[in-house]
Amino acid sequence: MLLEFLQSWSGRNAIVLLLLAGLLGLLLQLSRREYWRLAGREIIQSKLAVISFVLLCLYALVAVLDSVGWRSPVRDASGALCRSQPGGEIVYDQGLSVLDRLLTPLRTRQEKTYSSPLARVQFSSETQVVPGGMSQRVQPPLRHPGSHLLGTDRIGVDVLYQSLKSIRTGMIIGLLTTLLAVPFAMFFGITAGYYGGVLDDCIQYLYTVMSSIPTVLFIAAFMIIFGQGLPQLCLAMGIASWTYLCRLLRAETLRLREAEFVQAAIVLGTPSWRIILRHIVPNVLHLVLITAMLRFSSEVLAEAALTYLGIGVGADTMSWGAMINDARMELTRDPVIWWKLLAAFIFMLGLVLPANIFGDTVRDALDPKLRTQE
Amino acid sequence: MAAYIIRRILYVLPILLGVNLLVFSLFFLVSTPDDMARQALGDKSQSPEQVQRWKEAHGYHYPRFYNSGEDGWRCLSETIFFRKSAAMFWGDFGFSDMTLEPIGKEIRSRILPSLCLTVPIFLITMVTNIFVGLLLAGLRGSWADRAAQFGCVVLMSVSALLYIIAGQYLFARELQLVPVSGFLPGWAMAKFLFLPVLVGVFCALGSGIRFYRTVFLEEVNRDYVRTARAKGLSEGRVLFLHVLKNAMIPILTNVPVQLLFLIMGNLLLENFFSIPGLGGFTINAIATQDFAIVRAMVFLGSVLYILGLLLSDLCYSLVDPRVRLG
Repeated sequence: MLLEFLQSWSGRNAIVLLLLAGLLGLLLQLSRREYWRLAGREIIQSKLAVISFVLLCLYALVAVLDSVGWRSPVRDASGALCRSQPGGEIVYDQGLSVLDRLLTPLRTRQEKTYSSPLARVQFSSETQVVPGGMSQRVQPPLRHPGSHLLGTDRIGVDVLYQSLKSIRTGMIIGLLTTLLAVPFAMFFGITAGYYGGVLDDCIQYLYTVMSSIPTVLFIAAFMIIFGQGLPQLCLAMGIASWTYLCRLLRAETLRLREAEFVQAAIVLGTPSWRIILRHIVPNVLHLVLITAMLRFSSEVLAEAALTYLGIGVGADTMSWGAMINDARMELTRDPVIWWKLLAAFIFMLGLVLPANIFGDTVRDALDPKLRTQE
Repeated sequence: MAAYIIRRILYVLPILLGVNLLVFSLFFLVSTPDDMARQALGDKSQSPEQVQRWKEAHGYHYPRFYNSGEDGWRCLSETIFFRKSAAMFWGDFGFSDMTLEPIGKEIRSRILPSLCLTVPIFLITMVTNIFVGLLLAGLRGSWADRAAQFGCVVLMSVSALLYIIAGQYLFARELQLVPVSGFLPGWAMAKFLFLPVLVGVFCALGSGIRFYRTVFLEEVNRDYVRTARAKGLSEGRVLFLHVLKNAMIPILTNVPVQLLFLIMGNLLLENFFSIPGLGGFTINAIATQDFAIVRAMVFLGSVLYILGLLLSDLCYSLVDPRVRLG
């Protein structure tokens, strides 16, 4: 029931709105604190970081546009609404995202097979019978000549459209994995560090066991049991990645617990949940943010490799990994077909490189300890 | 010292047991032998008798934890947990679900190619990383350092798949220096391994150099470095003799973890270059949905990792006596 709602368009729209509202709320909350304002001012001073941030925002915008959408009623040739029976319910299509609707020309301009970027004729030759009975090899003209900026692939789908549609998958992998891992890591890490004792031992044992299993192998086992797919992959990567942050937060909480302002709060009789929320959580938030930012890019890269290995999002979800997997043999052809591979790699680089640069800048701005080393 | 070693070894046992239980619950509680049988048999033949026959042929027909049909010791040993999961502790990895070949034999024959691929990658990467890291630490703050740091971020941001595909295209197809993929035993493997090793080194360079640079930078601000400079030593001598020696402790204690893990090979490289190692074995098992092999490899990988951690802890206590007292 819940799963059905989450997979429907209204469910997806609601999630996107909720996430955006949450992000806005967090930003507002943080901008009131001097520490975060200072960090923000420092980030703005780096030109490279600002350019990276703008690029990341563009990617995010595409992903949001691709996540919000609606279903439209099916119309017949005369433009009248189709109904399941005369006078019955209106028939709706599968639904299209806003991005799909914006890119209608790209989406619908299907060719027969390969065509190179901005080509006017098809890439491969076909045998045609010329009037007079002779047959000859010609490259037939495209249905939409010169309209495919990055060419088309084996089944004639526009490569630019595929690359743009893959952005949402990449963003979801990077964000949802973190969103799943962070609450677990914060809960267990802070609990272990704050309360100590048997609870600490149990949680330490739990994450030692979890982190002993190599990530790739754990994801392989998880995906072979639950099958390929985007939600499964996010879940598997989330479970595999919470231990690192948990260890970090436990150590930091142990340190904070001995700090004078926490000791003072304990002496004053403040309940421990209040101490954790008011004193511990705000003081470890920068670690959470730094870890999440630095993990984001490695998770986007991991998706491509995992999808290639057959333990990723699967072939029915558009993603850069699936594009690379699809085009893996195209470089061995003669003449070489390079545009699909290159498009996937460049679009991926366009997300990962700014994320890395921006992440580094954020880390330097938030962690004064690292800054003094320079 | 002996007490510390024994304590440390004893600490490994519950973690191994935890990993074993976790792998077991993933493969036999979350998914059931019935699911496995149905997947292996395909869509056409799924009658209960066929599922039962498949389970008996592959040893999945026992109860999970407790066999009430047997008595004495056998009520525990005639179970899936004992035969399929606990047995891996003494090296009994069982049989492949698809071909019924013994997995242990396959693992033994595939260790060598994996090592031949990963050991050179490991050694070359480490030497390059340390050398460049030291150099950058010496040049810290200069434009060369900043450019190299940016280069590292770019290297890190490129997918490993691109390195592999571009490497194969450039060296094997255009220049025809080495074969595209394949493997031969003996000295003939050198020409097959050249390209995968090169690509493997390239993949690890970006993050490695950055890591070593920070390790060295931490040392550069220490007092003994100031003393060495005050003595009038050249910057090169300070870096390569004094800083390197002191930074060796964190570097060397990191090595055993990776050394043991090298046995597992590299999944992507072995798959792309058709090297018959353990990584390729795992990928083939994933492709054929062979649960038994994946289960064995997950456990083997974890055991190697845990043993590596144990070794590096022992190394650490040898190099740095303070640890033993704590």
